Amino acid sequence: MSSDTSEGGAGRLALFLCLSVVVLTLAVAAATAIGDYNIALRTVFLSVTNKLGLTGAEIAPIEQSVVWNLRLSRALVAALAGAGLAICGAILQALLRNALAEPFVLGVSAGASTGAVCVIVLGIGAGSLSLSLGAFAGAFAAFTLVALLSNGATSGPNHTILAGVAASQLFNALTSYIVTTSGNAQQARDVMFWLLGSFGGVRWPDFQLLLVVVIVSLAICIWMARSLDAFTFGDEDAAALGVPVGRIRLVLFGVTALLTATIVSMVGAIGFVGLVVPHAARYVVGPLHLRLLPACAVVGAVFMVIADIVSRVIATQQTVPIGVVTALVGVPFFAVILYRARPQT
Amino acid sequence: MSIVAENLSWGVRRKTIVSDVSLTVAPGETLGLIGPNGSGKSSLLRLLAGLRRPASGRVEINGRDIAQVPRKALSRQVAFVQQSAATDTNVTVADVVRLGRTPHRSALAGWSEADEAAVAEALDRVGMTSRRKQAWQTLSGGERQRVHIARGLAQAPQVMFLDEPTNHLDIHHQIEILRMVRDLELTSIIALHDLNLAAMFCDRIVVLQSGAVCACGTPEAVLTQQTLRDVFRVSAHIDGSADAGRPHIRFSAG
Repeated sequence: MSSDTSEGGAGRLALFLCLSVVVLTLAVAAATAIGDYNIALRTVFLSVTNKLGLTGAEIAPIEQSVVWNLRLSRALVAALAGAGLAICGAILQALLRNALAEPFVLGVSAGASTGAVCVIVLGIGAGSLSLSLGAFAGAFAAFTLVALLSNGATSGPNHTILAGVAASQLFNALTSYIVTTSGNAQQARDVMFWLLGSFGGVRWPDFQLLLVVVIVSLAICIWMARSLDAFTFGDEDAAALGVPVGRIRLVLFGVTALLTATIVSMVGAIGFVGLVVPHAARYVVGPLHLRLLPACAVVGAVFMVIADIVSRVIATQQTVPIGVVTALVGVPFFAVILYRARPQT
Repeated sequence: MSIVAENLSWGVRRKTIVSDVSLTVAPGETLGLIGPNGSGKSSLLRLLAGLRRPASGRVEINGRDIAQVPRKALSRQVAFVQQSAATDTNVTVADVVRLGRTPHRSALAGWSEADEAAVAEALDRVGMTSRRKQAWQTLSGGERQRVHIARGLAQAPQVMFLDEPTNHLDIHHQIEILRMVRDLELTSIIALHDLNLAAMFCDRIVVLQSGAVCACGTPEAVLTQQTLRDVFRVSAHIDGSADAGRPHIRFSAG
């Protein structure tokens, strides 16, 4: 496949992916070691191998438990969430032919927030499972609304984005309405915290579910990567190249919605990863999706794990919401994209 | 590869845009579609290329109804070159031409020697081989048009549809592009605005008015003073030009 890309491209991609996986492993290890209570990397390593039954080293049960039950699952969920959001961003940027598209332009996060608020404030259902279900239902409601408004996304990219903006506004308004009329101060704080995203409280079952969703989504997207490339010059042009445009668009929007909704329902609405990472990855591996999608997955994973570490150490004794950290990095990047995309005069 | 269209009609909501068009294109022929703005040239071209489904009527390519041919298989026979296609993505000339191999490749298949040969030949045909690594964004309008034709050629089609390929080009590039298309061993159908260019390069011309065919035949037979007056609402004088059978139109300022 070497000539599928610019000269020497495949080697560069392989090197890049290998490096990224090494960095990702180190980042996950660091995320597991760093916290209010720091644990030596050696202990982290032995805890993991102990759990996998490879070693039988003596480790304090408390450290074993912190590593395995709290931090490792958290770091791995962060990695998967970052990978998933980055893939969604790359897909939407290709389908909508808009450099500023990201999962949340389709109103998915706003819908998820409304669903979550219904659970937190109105008390529909109870417990964390129903919070996730509420968020998931809200996300899908928003997606359905956008699909209806944009005629199944057949009315052109701008139309779809406008429909997403409309859905976001509607659901954000609903969220604010519910919080201001029914919530108390503590609930409002809970909601805000949830909206900005947090990896606190994620456990192994979350990881297993997310792992399946991310792997299946990535596989479907890679299967359709060639077709995504054909969208470079628009929908009609893709059709002229033999791509079943309607089917591809439906499947990929569906995958994006499912993936985003799953992530948002677990860890909240974490912005900017989906916007920033595809651009960074494109800069390194080029625009072809067979290369871009895996690159997005690993870069997104690394980015999110590091953002999670930063969110835990940036302020003493408390965790800054992850969305704040990603936005602090994301907004300057967004500004650079805007600056570079300005009309040339 | 012959194309037969029978009683094609198509419209948006209640407005009919293409109405009851029948035409036949012989293998290897270069057919020009002309007509005033809004006469349905682009729409008819898309119906013929199978990019839109007719409300009624059918299109046959080599005796097969294209509605029955899967999209991907159709794209191995038929290429469509849009007018002034554009992208924001940072792609190279070679990337764009490689897209032409899309209908020939399965989802994860590697890049074959046949693919590489098709791309190299297409680039050579339009004289862009030396530019293959250049960023598409940095090309001029004429170069972009040539790259898109190369992409169409990389599809290895038997029929090529071109929607106003000479738009926004200077006269040198207009003539160069059309000469190139005429000399291809393909059946080609070109929507054109410039009547003199249509007369120079097309074997036959179809004149559309309000979505219907109002004249069809050789340039000499079709481009008459009366057609120009009735369809295009201009008065003009028609010379027999230097090339036999290729009329030349001189418009009068009135």
